[in-house]
Amino acid sequence: MKSLATVLLVLMAASAAAVDTEAPLPTAEQQSLYRKLLEEVRCMVCQNQNLRDSDAPLARDMRRELRRMVEGGASEDDVKQFLLDRYGDFALYRPRLAPNTLLLWAGPGVIVVLALGSIALAIRRRMQMPIPEED
Amino acid sequence: MSGRRRIRWVLLLPCAVLLVMVYFFGVSLGRDPSLVPSPLVGRPAPEFSLPELLDSDTTFSRQDVEEGPWMLNVWASWCSGCIVEHEFLMALGRAGAPLYGLNWKDGNADAMEWLQLRGNPYRAIAVDADGRAGIDWGVYGAPETFLIDADGIVRYRHVGPLDGAVFADVFLPVLEGQSQ
Repeated sequence: MKSLATVLLVLMAASAAAVDTEAPLPTAEQQSLYRKLLEEVRCMVCQNQNLRDSDAPLARDMRRELRRMVEGGASEDDVKQFLLDRYGDFALYRPRLAPNTLLLWAGPGVIVVLALGSIALAIRRRMQMPIPEED
Repeated sequence: MSGRRRIRWVLLLPCAVLLVMVYFFGVSLGRDPSLVPSPLVGRPAPEFSLPELLDSDTTFSRQDVEEGPWMLNVWASWCSGCIVEHEFLMALGRAGAPLYGLNWKDGNADAMEWLQLRGNPYRAIAVDADGRAGIDWGVYGAPETFLIDADGIVRYRHVGPLDGAVFADVFLPVLEGQSQ
């Protein structure tokens, strides 16, 4: 059990290393915004990693750019618009609600409603069935 | 009788859902997830003003591009796909195509050696050593080739080595001013 915990700790330390070697940003708000963005922005080269986890050269460039923007007073929306204009919705792990992402956001809800609706229909139909008389 | 009909119709519903899913999965199977559509298409080409690779005292900016449609090829000496497409680019250059280069995240000495070895198909080459201009163009790998029309609007972004088929289908009509 103890060795498992050690392995976990080592793994967690490894994934955090990409960012933690950087100096913190001037204010706490900027630092937390920067960290939040790193979690939510996709590394375009490795695709299934976010900027925080990736050590690809492009991810390093994008971290540097995001850092510069946040340090210069950019808001979360500013940075996200910057990324959307250049890399599209794919860059954000939490894409915006837009006509082309509507299916993505509404799809699960629609499926749940359809499923509940058909279950309700089936139950109602069964309740309307005559109860078989016992012998 | 109608109740029985309705039950049969409901039984078909899962099959219909399955068919829809199979369709979407089928479409996704044939799709390359590494090809990300560029939001730049349909919008003005980003501005840049960068050192010229072969003449380091001058800058090369978007305004220096000659009038008419043009192509911007993102390349680097470390990029293996760039070797694949280079022969084709050389042929384009010889034919006088308006081809410009963006040397992306590379070293100047490496880039110049690469051109000396393989030839230079570009009218001018901008040096984007730190990749800042690449971010403005939404570049996520090399090679990438952008097609910009005579109005300065990005019309297409090709990811990966450029070849004759894509060039004939997409690039040529715009370069010859046939499509608008």
